Amino acid sequence: MPSLLILVPLIGIIALNLPLGKFMKRLSFLLTLFFALLQACLVLIAPAEFWRQETVDVGGLLTFNLSADPLSLVLLLAIAIVIFATLLVGSETLQDDNKQFNFTNLLIIALIGMNGIVMVQDLFSLYVFLEITAIASFILISLHKDRDALEGAFKYLILSAVATLMMLSSISLLLMTTGTSSFSGVAVALHAGQNYMVLLAVALFVGGLFIKGGLVPFHGWLPDAYSAAPSSVSVLLAGIVTKTTGIYTLIRLVMSVFGFTPQIKAVLLLVGAISILVGALAALGQKDFKRMLAYSSISQVGYIILSLGTGTPLGIAGAVFHLFNHAIFKTQLFVNAAAIEEQTGTRDMDKMGGLAARMPVTGGTSIVAFLSTAGIPPLAGFWSKLIIIIALWMSGHYAYAVIAVLASVITLAYFLSMQRRVFFGTLVETFSTIKEAKAGIVLPAVILAVITIAVGVLFPYILNTFILPVKSLLG
Amino acid sequence: MNLNICLLIALTIAALWSIMHENLIKAAIALAVTSIILTTLMFRFASPLAAVFELSVCAGLITVIFMSTISLTKPLTQTEAVAHAKERLKRFWYLPVLLAAAAVGLGLAAIPLNFTIPQAPAPANVRSVLWNERQLDLLGQVVIILAGVFGVVVLFKEKVKEKS
Repeated sequence: MPSLLILVPLIGIIALNLPLGKFMKRLSFLLTLFFALLQACLVLIAPAEFWRQETVDVGGLLTFNLSADPLSLVLLLAIAIVIFATLLVGSETLQDDNKQFNFTNLLIIALIGMNGIVMVQDLFSLYVFLEITAIASFILISLHKDRDALEGAFKYLILSAVATLMMLSSISLLLMTTGTSSFSGVAVALHAGQNYMVLLAVALFVGGLFIKGGLVPFHGWLPDAYSAAPSSVSVLLAGIVTKTTGIYTLIRLVMSVFGFTPQIKAVLLLVGAISILVGALAALGQKDFKRMLAYSSISQVGYIILSLGTGTPLGIAGAVFHLFNHAIFKTQLFVNAAAIEEQTGTRDMDKMGGLAARMPVTGGTSIVAFLSTAGIPPLAGFWSKLIIIIALWMSGHYAYAVIAVLASVITLAYFLSMQRRVFFGTLVETFSTIKEAKAGIVLPAVILAVITIAVGVLFPYILNTFILPVKSLLG
Repeated sequence: MNLNICLLIALTIAALWSIMHENLIKAAIALAVTSIILTTLMFRFASPLAAVFELSVCAGLITVIFMSTISLTKPLTQTEAVAHAKERLKRFWYLPVLLAAAAVGLGLAAIPLNFTIPQAPAPANVRSVLWNERQLDLLGQVVIILAGVFGVVVLFKEKVKEKS
């Protein structure tokens, strides 16, 4: 019953807004926590039949065509984990009761949107759920209504509208040429023969997804949105929203609908490589903690796209594995950023120093995340980057493999610089009395660090259970 | 040049007018005109229901909402409006040039558009399409409306409270 992951949160949000006074406001946190945990448990323990049921008829009233394959399950798990972390950070950083209530409601809406994106089987339905997620994200970014947040939300809104226009045009062209909007129907029609109109449609859709995923050269909105958003919203955006709306959707459509044509592979490889380099080099020059992480995100997403561009089963497995790993360690880094911003009141790394002495858990967990991002063994990021580089080498893309390795060195450089400026060295006088962040921020940081270590150490099991089944989708 | 091409040209001019005009009320009227031309095109392409929606919602309801909102704002002074227009012209002078170049390029490329359009299915009952075939999208619309409600609450309601 994949539709449960949409219907239950929807019923929950309606119940939360019944006029029952402050009780519902208090319940909103627990209910969102329940949805995240329920989703994680279902992904981990529900049998395969549960997810395969394509058409669900709820009392003859609602007939949905939803399903979840191994790729969807990886994303559903990542969504649950990031929603959990976002909720806890939000509960500590948003003091006002009304703001927190609106935040949890919008978080549930974003959850519904992302779950829909991951499980739909139709291009138009995909568009509808992309819009749900985008609208919830705009509002969440501007939650504090300060100038920077509104500017970040506005940039995201405008570029997202351009992406939407491109995708809707693409859907129209595909509907016109293939007569259907279902994934399977469009895929069959495209494999039967292509023309200029289909090529234009594919190019428009892929271009729209590049904007949504914040890939170079469509990344202009991303650093502003990530850095200007409230701490908890940055966790959500960087952790899962752009990955689901842009990167997952791209992987899904290329795998299941458009196919790995030589043109698509060439574009993915080129955009992936440029994103890796531009993101990493731009991250080197940042002094705002969250902007540095935003550029790092662009670079890491580049790895995913580069791996996808190989078009081989190993490359796809690497892309999906890095997608999951990146969701976890980037969420963690933004949780750490939230802890620092909350305790010091600044994001300027030049004003910090020696914070690890006063914030040992934040400092320790950020080391785990940055080592994983840089691809240091035995952490999760090492294995996914290794698979990506092997996939590139085995498919004959030697130059791209070298770029991937060299960019890892740049990644290590900017994260070492960040650690030195923020956590190591002599404690800055201004922050001599600060304390470790509150439990609601420290707890998700620790859990995410444990996941990063566990995925790395249990790599053979994770690979066989979650990642390799994705390859089977290529048929 | 047939009527559809004329309408498309008029649509482009009205759309450009709506985004280029510094007076918000005139821009909103131009947007309504854009919707009316689009409605005509939809009628001509045998999509009467879509045309009715376009006319009633986009040309009607949205224009009313825009007008109401604009009436609550303070307009630019004459000097500010002129300065704003000059600044915009300075920044975006290349956009019409790019548009013209793209049109000429596409015309010269002579892209073959001889693809086969599949036989259109028999006109479906709209009620059946909405309530039986696209239920998931309809549910999605409900969630979008909910998100919109929270958007209004987050962005406007608290502001009123702060002011009071």
